[in-house]
Amino acid sequence: MAKFKGAVVVNTERCKGCDLCVQACPSHVLGLADQVNSKGYHFSEMKHEDDCVGCSACGYVCPDACITVYKVKIQ
Amino acid sequence: MTTKDIINPANLVYSKAKLMTENPMHYCPGCSHGVVHKLIAEVIEEMDIQDKTIGVAPVGCAVFAYNYIDIDWQEAAHGRAPALATAIKRLQPDKFVFTYQGDGDLAAIGTAETIHACNRGENIAIFFVNNAIYGMTGGQMAPTTLEGMKTATCPMGRNTELNGYPLKISNLLAELDGTCYVTRQSVQKMASIVRAKKAIRKAFENSMAGKGTSVVEFVSTCNSGWKMSPHDSNKWMEENMFPVYPLGDLKDTEKK
Repeated sequence: MAKFKGAVVVNTERCKGCDLCVQACPSHVLGLADQVNSKGYHFSEMKHEDDCVGCSACGYVCPDACITVYKVKIQ
Repeated sequence: MTTKDIINPANLVYSKAKLMTENPMHYCPGCSHGVVHKLIAEVIEEMDIQDKTIGVAPVGCAVFAYNYIDIDWQEAAHGRAPALATAIKRLQPDKFVFTYQGDGDLAAIGTAETIHACNRGENIAIFFVNNAIYGMTGGQMAPTTLEGMKTATCPMGRNTELNGYPLKISNLLAELDGTCYVTRQSVQKMASIVRAKKAIRKAFENSMAGKGTSVVEFVSTCNSGWKMSPHDSNKWMEENMFPVYPLGDLKDTEKK
């Protein structure tokens, strides 16, 4: 079975730290950062980069359209 | 392969729709409105109808919808979005016209306009975001508020003897001969978001095919009005809203 590896880029200034992407991620890749953005929100970030499979569930549920997902197939 | 190598435009699988502007949305963190905005922008982009689409923004939380999707918009008086959309569509029949309304706008002050626009079978799409509460004004009881649900104006829970029953406006609209497609969707999970997107696309296509009015209701959350976290509101919605507002197509004239 081919394996996929993904990467998530969060627009940290746009993110409001609603936690929906963290809950939606089936691989538990995302988490809220300890730092805050200029509005004071704990933005979302990749905590376990190696586990991401690029399924885009985080991007779909994000209400603020701040997530970009990349995905590659690993032979 | 490191994460840095993967982040490359060639590997892109999901990104913000180009039609969404860079303005940060004013909605509370975790609000369903953002997802619905995003889906409408994605559908317009996929159908390549940016220059032919006119949206009608409501009064309510989504009053600034025109700041977030880069198409032509018109702001309606409270509840009058379907009346305004009727005029736009009749004057410019080659345009895709849709209204974007909340439950206070569509099911309370705008009930007459909504029912009559649907009864006339205007070729518009109505997107209805139902979160069972007045979000913008501070969480007061709406016609769609569930029985027993606590809000700022019914702190002991909605009493049906005093306040009546939750208004299932989509079921009412499905009874009218003018509507061609009435569906109820939600946007809390990836699978439901994909289904909701298909419904939006179908509503746009119906409006141009001249079949009648299409209504897409989104059962949504209002985490600040409900005083819960976004994740808890999604769970609360699944447990309490879905039994009263079951998801699925209420009417589809194509299937007959």
